Parts: sequence; structure tokens; C-alpha cells
Amino acid sequence: MAPEPPLLSMSGITKSFPGVRALDGVDLDVQAGEVHCLLGQNGAGKSTLIKVLAGAHQPDTGTIRWRGEDVTLRSPIAAMRLGIATIYQELDLVEHLSVAENVHLGHEPTAAGFVVRGKAARVSTAQLLKRLGHPEIDPTRLVGQLSAAQQQIVSMARALSHDVRLIVMDEPSAALDPDEVDNLFRIVGDLTADGVAVVYISHRLEEIRRIGDRVTVLKDGRAVAGGLPAKSTPTREVVALMTGRNVEYVFPERPVSAPGGAPVLEVRGLARDGEFEALDLTVRPGEIVGLAGLVGSGRSEILETIYGARKPTAGQVLLDGRPLRPGSVRSAVRAGLGLAPEERKAQALLMLESVTRNVSVSTLSRFSRGGWIDRRAESGAARAATRELSLRPDNPAVPVRTLSGGNQQKAVLARWLLRGCRVLLLDEPTRGVDVGARAELYAVVRRLADEGLAVLLVSSEVPEVLGLADRVLVLREGRVVHEAHARELDEHRVLDLVMEGSPAS
Amino acid sequence: MTQHVSPPRGSADKVPLTEQLPAWRTLLGRADVRTLSLLGVLAALVLIGGVTKPDEFLDTRNLQLVLTQASVIGVVTVGMTFVITSGGIDLSVGAIVALSSVWATTVATQEYGFAGILFTAVIVGVGCGLVNGLLVAYGGMVPFIATLAMLASARGLALQITDGKTQIVTVDGILNLGERDSYVLGIPPLVLVFAVVTVIGWLVLNRTTFGRRTVAVGGNAEAARLAGIDVRRQRLYLYLLSGLCCGIAAFLLIILSGSGQNTNGNLYELDAIAAAIIGGTLLSGGRGTITGSVLGVLIFTTITNIFALNNLQSDVQQIAKGAIIVAAVLVQRRTASTT
Repeated sequence: MAPEPPLLSMSGITKSFPGVRALDGVDLDVQAGEVHCLLGQNGAGKSTLIKVLAGAHQPDTGTIRWRGEDVTLRSPIAAMRLGIATIYQELDLVEHLSVAENVHLGHEPTAAGFVVRGKAARVSTAQLLKRLGHPEIDPTRLVGQLSAAQQQIVSMARALSHDVRLIVMDEPSAALDPDEVDNLFRIVGDLTADGVAVVYISHRLEEIRRIGDRVTVLKDGRAVAGGLPAKSTPTREVVALMTGRNVEYVFPERPVSAPGGAPVLEVRGLARDGEFEALDLTVRPGEIVGLAGLVGSGRSEILETIYGARKPTAGQVLLDGRPLRPGSVRSAVRAGLGLAPEERKAQALLMLESVTRNVSVSTLSRFSRGGWIDRRAESGAARAATRELSLRPDNPAVPVRTLSGGNQQKAVLARWLLRGCRVLLLDEPTRGVDVGARAELYAVVRRLADEGLAVLLVSSEVPEVLGLADRVLVLREGRVVHEAHARELDEHRVLDLVMEGSPAS
Repeated sequence: MTQHVSPPRGSADKVPLTEQLPAWRTLLGRADVRTLSLLGVLAALVLIGGVTKPDEFLDTRNLQLVLTQASVIGVVTVGMTFVITSGGIDLSVGAIVALSSVWATTVATQEYGFAGILFTAVIVGVGCGLVNGLLVAYGGMVPFIATLAMLASARGLALQITDGKTQIVTVDGILNLGERDSYVLGIPPLVLVFAVVTVIGWLVLNRTTFGRRTVAVGGNAEAARLAGIDVRRQRLYLYLLSGLCCGIAAFLLIILSGSGQNTNGNLYELDAIAAAIIGGTLLSGGRGTITGSVLGVLIFTTITNIFALNNLQSDVQQIAKGAIIVAAVLVQRRTASTT
């Protein structure tokens, strides 16, 4: 037991939203200089807990002690003044401002109280960026021109520009390549060496093993285990705590016989300048084809071009041998393509609407005569489609924003299922989906394939591609460098192929 | 064929609770708290009117006048509600009403009689909406800028046509519609048109694919596009619809005033946007309510009437209107944050 009081001690925190009890008496202790990992399925209460900690939500009951004293975190500013900084998963930077302006937003160095000292801001920003291992980021550049990884560094620089004692990081590695993850871990190590505490949220158990000191597991708004040793607690135990089940990454079995028949999707010489080069691929009914590659290898761009959301500079896409109109989403959807995009909230979901309306949006003409919607038929069909995918809760009238990440993904899949689509394009299908729900999503995708759907899968997680796909295409810098059956590949081989000859950037 | 789910038409599955509201609740819309509070404000205004000027305010003729005045701006507001729900804005409505009303009342047009005036008013409105829609949907212009340009040009053209003079209508068919003889069960024809436009607008927004697509485009245009909705065509249709409503409103105004003027429809854009916003339509798009918009219009018109009856100047009216907009939005934000 630590002789000093913990840096942060939250106890009995509850928080309810209409219809949902997000936190149900959570305790969390964080010591100075430790990396405290927060684990839990989506909907377990992690986001709510860190928002309480950031001052963005007020708890209904419970106490927060900071360095031994009771505090009330009335607002994000109050939390920041105490030295609590939060780096959210969805970055909150202003794209039209420069790096330095973003870093000092709200606490600009000033002369005479109001004249912004731009040079001082740039100099201190450059120092922070250097400390974070990214001296190449120019403080005068606009944030909108930076890559996702660089933006994350800027976010971190902003946190460090305050006198921080505790940094909360919400899935900081989700958008990063392995190199950048290494850099992130180095930064975390430096911070803790200085006595700063880090609350680290991630779905990736191997990361928690590498950098974590202790783990608190949340489930259904409660801390089911607090302060477990991060390195020595068996994976089975952690997963069991999170899910209440003794399962790990479970991939469904592949069918015994390889899918045959003519390819339903055929891509011939498809290319987009500066994104990816002439690409050929085919997908047969019942087959899952995976595209593996690093961030920036052109994976998402390829899917979006096949789908018509981007216009190719060369090549064509054929469905059942008939070419689709290049650059036309409507032509693709009519022919039977469906896309589950990477950014579900930004690209797929109508967050103000019910599950029913999200599911039916691509099939409205089927439930309407002369433009008049038969709402009974609509909700019946949406219900059938969501039930087929075991979407929870089993009530399509609820707003889609109240669903967990995995269930929101199911709502997107239900949309295409209802449309009777023949080729499903999956872009990072388990991004932001917890371990337990992943296995279920994998099973759903495999079942749909077994029923004759052709699936083209893109994922930055190599085990996911290898476990789910039948055939794998490995991409590097917009080119296919290898194609093989998933059985013939393993993670190391794929990573070798992906990294081989890649310039040290 | 790989159809995974056959849509069970008229399936016996129980429709979820919230989709099976009683008819009166559905009519009021889902945001009942907001609708009821708007009704409450309207009731309070009627009470104030009744107390301060019991004889004049509650007089049948006065109530008919209030509703008639509400009809013109009300029809414009219905169109505006659609545009705002889709995440757009139409600043040109007042100017389009002006241009339609003067084009439809030129000596040349009046020679074609009733039908000529009606046809011209509607076609000019739709034509302006078409230009707005093409600029926004296919020209990639920001709605604010495109419709601001239309505001300037349509007003200018209206002035050019009239040379600043009032164009008196001499067609009896039009003038008669403004007379008491043509009231149906005590309801002026203008109010009937407003009622019909409101009902059709409500049905289109809440019960048709067009309405659903409007909401989808406003809620998340990128998601709508990737779901296979033709976002650009939908936007074009929405500005056409707003133009159509302006044309109808111009026709109502011609009946009401027996003339066409280039100063018609002054600041209608502000009144229509304000009515839609206090009614509960989100300025950022994705949620719209015709019921709320109509209540918003009635509230504004009633205030104007009460102020006029109490001999308060129009400057006081303007200040009161501004205060109401602020108050309504503040109340809405409070109710929104608790849900």
C-alpha cells in the first residue's frame, strides 16, 4: 500500500442518463507516476467515467479526492486547473488554426493581458513537439493539413502545455501505425518517469501488457476489478471479467469447401493517382477477401473507389460482369454493393434517428408507394433484419446513438442485409468494438458469407484479416505485393511484407 | 439472388411502443413538451390580448385578420422548414415573394385573368427556386451565399418591373377572393390555402420518402450519400419547393392587398427562419417540425396584432420579437440538454 494518499481517488461514482445508468458506483484509484489502464466493453462506462474525470459530466453521486482533498470538477477548465488533461479519441482540434494556436488555445501567452505573443507560443510549441519526439511538425502549419497521427501529437502537446499531473488517453493508438505506437509508448514512459499519472484506455490487451502498471476493468457501469497487476494478470481472467465469458478472439470456422462459381465482384486495373496503383481483384459469392496494409497504404481509398464514393483515374469495377458507372455511389448501390465505412458516425449513421430509420434508409422505395411510406412494413422489416443480426437492444425504435459501437455496426450491416446486397465492403469493421462483441461480429460476417454474400474486408489488424478472410491481398504504398490464402500466411509474414523496403519516415 | 431478409409486409410483429402513439400524440409530433410549451405561449398571448383589448381582440373579424396575415408568411415558413431541416437556408424568400407578386400583376399578365396571375406567381417562384437549387446542389455554392445573391437580384428585378409603383389588380376573380362573401364557414380562403399547405407539408415531411431523405441529408449528408441517396437532386428539389411556397404566398398576398409591389415580402426571410427555429427545427439540420413552425408563425402574428391593437409602435414589436427568439432558443437548449 502506498504511504501517500493516491493522486486521484474516485469512489462510488454514479451517473444516469435518461433510460440508462451509465455508471453505477465506480471506484478508481490512480497513483502518481503509474499507467493505469481502463478496460471494458463499449457501453461499460469508460467514456462516461473519463468525462466525469475531465469535468465534462457531473456525477450524480460519489466523491472525487485529488491529492487527498475532496474536489468538485465543475467544468473542463476546473479539471485542467487541477492538472487533469484528457486526450479524446475523436480529436478536438481546430482545423483552421495553426499547430501553435491549437496548443495554446484558451491560454495564449499574452502581452498586456490581451495581445497574443505569437512567437512565444511558437517557440514553446516547438519545444513541446521536440519533447514528444516530433520536431518535424511545423508550429505554423494548419492542423487540418496534418496526418491523423500528427494531430494526435498536437493534442498531446496541448495537454502538456498545461501543468499536468494526470493525462487521460482514450484509445490513443487506434489511428496509429506500429512505429507511431512505439513513439507513443516512449512518451508515456517519459511522462510517468516525471511523476505524471496516465489513465490509458485501449482495446488492445498486448498494449496494456507492454506499458500498463495496473488495470481496472469496467462492466455494465461497475468496476468489476480494480488495480489488477497489468503485466501478470492472465488474459483469460481479464477477458472473463470484461465479458463474463471465458472467450478470447474467436474466429468462426471457414467452410470445408472453397467457394466456387463465377466472381460476383471484379476489379480491373482500378487506380487513383497518388493513392493506389492499378489493382485487380475478384471476390466470389461466399468468399471473404481481406486487404491487409498499414495506415496510408490506400486500403480505405480502394474500398471507397470501388463503391463509387471516389472517382478512379483508371480501370473499372464489374458486378456480375457488368461495369458500374465510375464515381457513382447510386450505381453501385443499385447493382448490389454495400459499404460499412470506417467512420461509422460520420459516414454511415444518422445519429438523431432511430435504428429503424437508419436501417431502412437505403431501401425506402421498397416500403413506399408513390413516395408514401408504409411505416408498419418498414419497422417490421427493420426488426427482422436487426433480429437476424441479434442487435441489442431488441427494439429498433430506440435512437441509434444509444447503441454500443458493435451494435451500431450491426445497424449498418442490417441496412445492407435488408437491401439484399450481394457484395459487402467492410472498412475496419471492428474499430471501436470490444473483444466480446468482435467475436459476434466475425460470426455474423462469416454467416452472411456462407449464405452467399461476397465480402471485401479491410483492416489494420492483421490477426483480424488472417482470422476472418479466405484470401488475403497484402498492400504496400498502394500496390498489392502479395496474394495468398489466409491459411498460408501468418502475422509475421504479413508484417514483413507490409514493412519490407518501406522508407523510414 | 441473395435476399437475406424478406420484408414481412403487414407482419404480425408488434410495432414498438414509441411508434404506436395515439393519433393525437402523433399529430402533435414526438417533441410534445416543446409543442405543448408553444401552445402554452400562444394561449398566454390570447389571454393577454383578451384582457388588454377584450372587445377588439376577440372579435371575429380580428381573429380572421390574424389568421389571414399568418397565412402568407405561414406558407413561406412551411417551405423554409424543409430547407432548414435539410441543413440549408433560403434567404431569398422575401425577395422571391416580391418578384412573383409584381410579375404576376403586370398589365400584360393581368390580361390573362385569374389563371394568368396564379400561374405566373407560381412559375416565377419555382423558377427562382430552380436557380437557387442549381447553384447550391450542382454549383457547389454555400446556400447562404447563393440565396443572398438571389435576394439581391430578385428585389432588383422586382423594382425594375414596377419602377417603384404599386400595380393595382383589376381582375374581379382575384379581388372577390378577399371579400367576406367568399369566406367558407367564416374562414377566409387564404387561411384555407394555408391549412392545406400545412397539412400537405406535414404529411410530406413525416410520411414520405421525400421527407425521410430531407431529414437524412440534413442529419448527415455524407452518410446519406453513402447510403445511396442522391443528395444533390434532393437539395435541388428542396429549393424548388421553397420557391413554390413563395409563389403561392405571393398569390395570397396579391389577393390580400389587391396589388403587387416591389416592397412586398420585406424581411420574410427573418420571420420564416425565426418561426421555424422557435418551433423546434434545428438550424443545423436533421430535425424539423411543421407543427412547430406553424405555431411559431401564429405566435409572431398574434404578437404583432396585440401590439397594434394596443397602439404600440413597430419598433417595440421588433424588440419583443427579438426577445422571444432568444427566450425560445434558450428554453429549447435547456430541454434538449435534459434529453
